[in-house]
Amino acid sequence: MATLRLRALRKSYGTAEIIKGVDLDIADREFAVFVGPSGCGKSTLLRMIAGLEEITDGDLFIDGARVNEVGPADRGLAMVFQSYALYPHMSVRDNMAFALKLAGASKAERAAKVAEASRILQLDAYLDRKPKDLSGGQRQRVAIGRAIVRHPKIFLFDEPLSNLDAALRGQMRIELARLHRDLAATMIYVTHDQVEAMTMADKIVVLQAGRIEQVGSPLELYHHPANLFVAGFIGSPRMNLLPVRVVSGDPAGVRVGLPGGGEVVVPVDSTRAAPGTGVTLGIRPEALKPGAEGALAGAVRHVERLGGLTLAHVAVTDSAVADGATVVAQIEGSAPVRVGETIRLTIDPGATHLFDGEGRALPHQSRHPLAA
Amino acid sequence: MSTPSTAPAKGRRFNGLPLIGPSVTVLLIWMIVPLVMTVWFSLQRYNLLDPTVTGFAGIDNYEFLVTDPDFWASLANTLILVGSVLAITVVGGTLLAVLFDQPFPGRDVARLFAIAPFFVMPTVAALIWKNLMMHPIYGVFGAAARALGLPAVDWFADHPLLSVILIVSWEWLPFALLILLTAVQSLDREQLEAARMDGAGAVAQFVYIVLPHLSRAISVVVMIETIFLLTVFAEIYVTTAGGPGNATTNLAFLIYARALLQYDVGGASAGGVVAIVLANIVAFFLVRTIARRLEV
Ligand SMILES: Nc1ncnc2c1ncn2[C@@H]1O[C@H](COP(=O)(O)OP(=O)(O)O)[C@@H](O)[C@H]1O
Ligand SMILES: [Mg+2]
Repeated sequence: MATLRLRALRKSYGTAEIIKGVDLDIADREFAVFVGPSGCGKSTLLRMIAGLEEITDGDLFIDGARVNEVGPADRGLAMVFQSYALYPHMSVRDNMAFALKLAGASKAERAAKVAEASRILQLDAYLDRKPKDLSGGQRQRVAIGRAIVRHPKIFLFDEPLSNLDAALRGQMRIELARLHRDLAATMIYVTHDQVEAMTMADKIVVLQAGRIEQVGSPLELYHHPANLFVAGFIGSPRMNLLPVRVVSGDPAGVRVGLPGGGEVVVPVDSTRAAPGTGVTLGIRPEALKPGAEGALAGAVRHVERLGGLTLAHVAVTDSAVADGATVVAQIEGSAPVRVGETIRLTIDPGATHLFDGEGRALPHQSRHPLAA
Repeated sequence: MSTPSTAPAKGRRFNGLPLIGPSVTVLLIWMIVPLVMTVWFSLQRYNLLDPTVTGFAGIDNYEFLVTDPDFWASLANTLILVGSVLAITVVGGTLLAVLFDQPFPGRDVARLFAIAPFFVMPTVAALIWKNLMMHPIYGVFGAAARALGLPAVDWFADHPLLSVILIVSWEWLPFALLILLTAVQSLDREQLEAARMDGAGAVAQFVYIVLPHLSRAISVVVMIETIFLLTVFAEIYVTTAGGPGNATTNLAFLIYARALLQYDVGGASAGGVVAIVLANIVAFFLVRTIARRLEV
């Protein structure tokens, strides 16, 4: 059992408030990912949970007990640092056994726990090496091993994969997910990479400038972003955002006018959208497909061919605006688009979103089946 | 594209001897000539007080040296001086380095003051300590003792070697602090945080993380200081002139006394050869241990 509860948590350095009141619950055995742009306070929040940063205001509960004043070693947490922070003069074995040694564990107990961790992480062959004689991925595993041997209530990871190359990162993602299943542990994982967040999380916490923007499962955030920030942050390539005007509220949703004269009905609650108001239309790149009767038209400015997929950057023709907005359409790899030609794009209304003047999403009329 | 990479490699493997030859020759002459002359004089009868006595002395000078109780006393004094100053500066420097690494108001000024003594030249430092600090009547220590109602200590009469050790330590502590402080500052903070998460308190962090991190810098401090401490001279010359008796005579001062107070060039040269041998023994062990350490 390991649950975490944050209540109105705040952190200031001098007069600069970095964490501006965070409320969050993390359930037992949950894999929670804090994601947000660099400098938004993810590491600070994680370090406050770890006990490495003092909590300026608010309450932190682990398993229901308030731990604001409990030291980092006594909170029963283990942390994997971005730089790994291995002890360079100790062997891999001693690195992993260090916490146990300080806790006064017997030699036999230490050996057993190190053996168990090194078996899980396939480090047996390297136990007598120094960290400098290991590759980046192996160091990463030692850092994780150092956490495992302590059997912590909660694992904390601060951008653990950001120093690895892309291939290794993909592999470690899978290993970490497997580890989470095998250990049945609560984990909190900090990253600025939304792919890591989407692929590993049970629950994603999107942070911006010291505040939580939205909490939810990966697909909930993808299909029902609460605001413009989350909509733009989650998903790659980014959601296309177009400034549009409400034409009318239909029973089926809100009808908005598109640049170039077309219209589309977005299936969202129409009570807050008076005709004529300016709103932001969000369209996922995969919701745009070439089609003769498409509602959007524009010139192809740039084509990125990824093989299986093609990303077409289309400058939308707009009679009102001389230089229309550019949208990205994610279409088939074999689609015969060429730079310079004019194409029409159809919009799948189910993958569109509307955001009001403050950037808040208008609620969809029905939930996406995968985002319960 | 596929130009064989052996061409530049071959070019780089040219014979460099003509280029380094001149400097090696100069350095060899620079070193060899004084060394050979010292060894040569140490085998001669050569006393400026009696220039008529000349000729080959064989090992007489050495025999005279090792049968002289002053020599063994000076050897002991040299080792005590070097050992004590090393201990004080390394231990004190390490503790001060860790202290000055902590954030506290006025830290930068404090650092500056702590490092300042290193820039005072040895004769001046010795004069300051002799006349302003340790003098039983005018000195700060004496005044402090009297203020507490204690008898003033005549440092150079009662604890001569200790006094010299204190002065030399005062001069070298800033050096150790400077080197060790930069080393402490290069310690990855996340390692300390990881240790905190692992349950290490302040002492355990120091012992298991900070000290091992400093070991390389400590060896460098020990090596450099040893080389200079073996030849401490000005401090002794200014404060005690080797006395009282031979209480503060180290090898460097003994050689000076032989050559320029007793005008016995032959005997002084024999002492010089012993100093060279001693320095080389120390250097041998130091370089070996440090070379091993630097590999880590
Ligand atoms: N010790 C500190 N003193 C002052 N500001 C800090 C300190 N540590 C972090 N910050 C600031 O807090 C903000 C959040 O930092 P951090 O939590 O590291 O962001 P990230 O989300 O990239 O991990 C940054 O703007 C950073 O400048
Ligand atoms: Mg960070």
